[in-house]
Amino acid sequence: MQTPTSTDQLRTALGPITYFWPQAQVRQFYQQAAVCSAPVVYLGETVCSKRRELRLQDWLAIGQDLQQAGKEVVLSTLTLLEAPGEVRELEQICANGQFLVEANDISAVQLLHERGLPFVVGPAVNVYNATTLAWLVERGLRRWVMPVELSRDWLLRVLTDPVITPLRDRFEVEVFAFGHLPLAWSARCFTARSEDRPKDDCQLCCNKYPQGRQVRSQDGREVFTLNGIQTQSGQRYNLVDDIDSLRGLVDVVRISPQPEQTFDWLTAFEQAIGGNPERRQRPVGDVNGYWHQLAGITQV
Amino acid sequence: MELLCPAGNLPALKAALNAGADAVYVGLKGGTNARFFAGLNLTESDLAQAATLAHRAGRRLHVALNTFCHPGQEHRWFSAVDMAARAGADVLIIADLALLDYAARAWPGVERHLSVQASATSFVAADFYQRHFGVSRVVLPRVLSMAQVSQLARHLRDQELELEVFAFGSLCIMAEGRCYLSSYLTGESPNTVGACSPAAHVRWQEDNGALESRLNGVLIDRFEPGERAGYPTLCKGRFDVSGQRYHVLEEPTSLNTLALLPKLHREGISAVKIEGRQRSPAYVEAVTRVWRQALDSLHTDPEAYAVEPAWDRVLAGLSEGHQTTLGAYHRKWS
Repeated sequence: MQTPTSTDQLRTALGPITYFWPQAQVRQFYQQAAVCSAPVVYLGETVCSKRRELRLQDWLAIGQDLQQAGKEVVLSTLTLLEAPGEVRELEQICANGQFLVEANDISAVQLLHERGLPFVVGPAVNVYNATTLAWLVERGLRRWVMPVELSRDWLLRVLTDPVITPLRDRFEVEVFAFGHLPLAWSARCFTARSEDRPKDDCQLCCNKYPQGRQVRSQDGREVFTLNGIQTQSGQRYNLVDDIDSLRGLVDVVRISPQPEQTFDWLTAFEQAIGGNPERRQRPVGDVNGYWHQLAGITQV
Repeated sequence: MELLCPAGNLPALKAALNAGADAVYVGLKGGTNARFFAGLNLTESDLAQAATLAHRAGRRLHVALNTFCHPGQEHRWFSAVDMAARAGADVLIIADLALLDYAARAWPGVERHLSVQASATSFVAADFYQRHFGVSRVVLPRVLSMAQVSQLARHLRDQELELEVFAFGSLCIMAEGRCYLSSYLTGESPNTVGACSPAAHVRWQEDNGALESRLNGVLIDRFEPGERAGYPTLCKGRFDVSGQRYHVLEEPTSLNTLALLPKLHREGISAVKIEGRQRSPAYVEAVTRVWRQALDSLHTDPEAYAVEPAWDRVLAGLSEGHQTTLGAYHRKWS
């Protein structure tokens, strides 16, 4: 089957930091990002509006530094909007006037479309078919990050649909390829619950867990990771051995920041893209089931 | 305030109408709705009969078409919309943009309600769906506090956009339409197949007198003799965090908002929804009867409304783990 694509070469992107890190750690991360090989960098808080180590002005300043270092900067947005104040902040991000915005909720799509701005649609917006994708492309979608639970086969069926093939040169496709998968969002803060605190008195306790809190089944298997109101996969998702099956279909490969080794893995992905057989392999324990149309927790 | 009750088959629909539902929601066979369970849902001829029964009783029929169209298979969902509209559905409950767009163009005269699976939690999102697809009502995800529901209701009052809230039944603790926990463990999720923690993946196992429940091999919970064993919905299992074993995400419990009815009424919420299309006709009848009494009492004299202990008793008896909660409506739950 023909697999239409708009670019020949896979590019890497650093996704937004999903955990709550101290400001110094965030700044240090982006200093490294400025000199890393990823051409695309996403910035901003996508999980909880109570995490305020950095304000929009700080993110914009980091974005300017990254842009000067030659990066394409994208401001990412809150996924679950519950309060009017969160919508006001979202409006400010959408009106930033400098950077492309990743819409992680349909509210952001609406605000960006109203302003006639192009946008990225993040993985938590439900785009499951070419008709929906085409509708969004007509309204400004320039990059689509596929929902994390979808497979190569599903993606192929979307991109070979005659509804979307004539539009394929108007948008890029990005796939979440490395890191703990964002799987669910709730009103409840599970990190606060794990410390027996109510959310309103959370004391920002998620800052104690720069990699989230691990949840194991009673027989010791890693199942989930608690990250505030977000639940992530227990295992790290890792498509480094699957890069060849992304070629010709995907444009951008998302590396989700981890507290350690993010840049080492970025290098491994760059090497995989470049066809270097000496590169690092996917370790036992990392999973890739979703890409192979299986349970996400599966290793193929 | 409309009492909207679930029906997975015609006997449940009759039970709901008989017990005083103002409207009943159903789904079609074939995976086009979020309760894709064996033996559940209506055929095309059932649907026509359901519409006749509802309309004869002066009630309304809502049809849920709230899964996301599979790629290249949009025509299956579009046909289901046509089938529902032709059968006389008053309302289509939809989440996918592709399907909303189709329904708005093909059947502009049939009301469109935004399914909870679309995860609309802000007035901007609600505005998006009203503006582009003419939805007349938004079903709110079970993630908002009562104060947040009030703020939203006040914001939308001038827009002639109705709000519907979940009132009773199984409690989804994640933002609906945005939870992939089930596919992470089983490969199947509400968004992709219309089911969470699907029964085909469930295994029960005895181990030294304890009963273990597994989902696709992953241990969800372990029950000692004498403990009440519940269905292994993965977010209601007991897991370990740093050596502590507890219900990490949520206890087995059901949502019950009888106590919130006066507030919901005051904020102009248009409908209260009872979850449970997978439940028996007897369950639907019993729950509907309680809620009918509660709403009648509320409408007679909102000031004098009080939850009768008998109502709570009936509902608790029909609830998961025999416990109920106000869920996210009550800020302390979060």
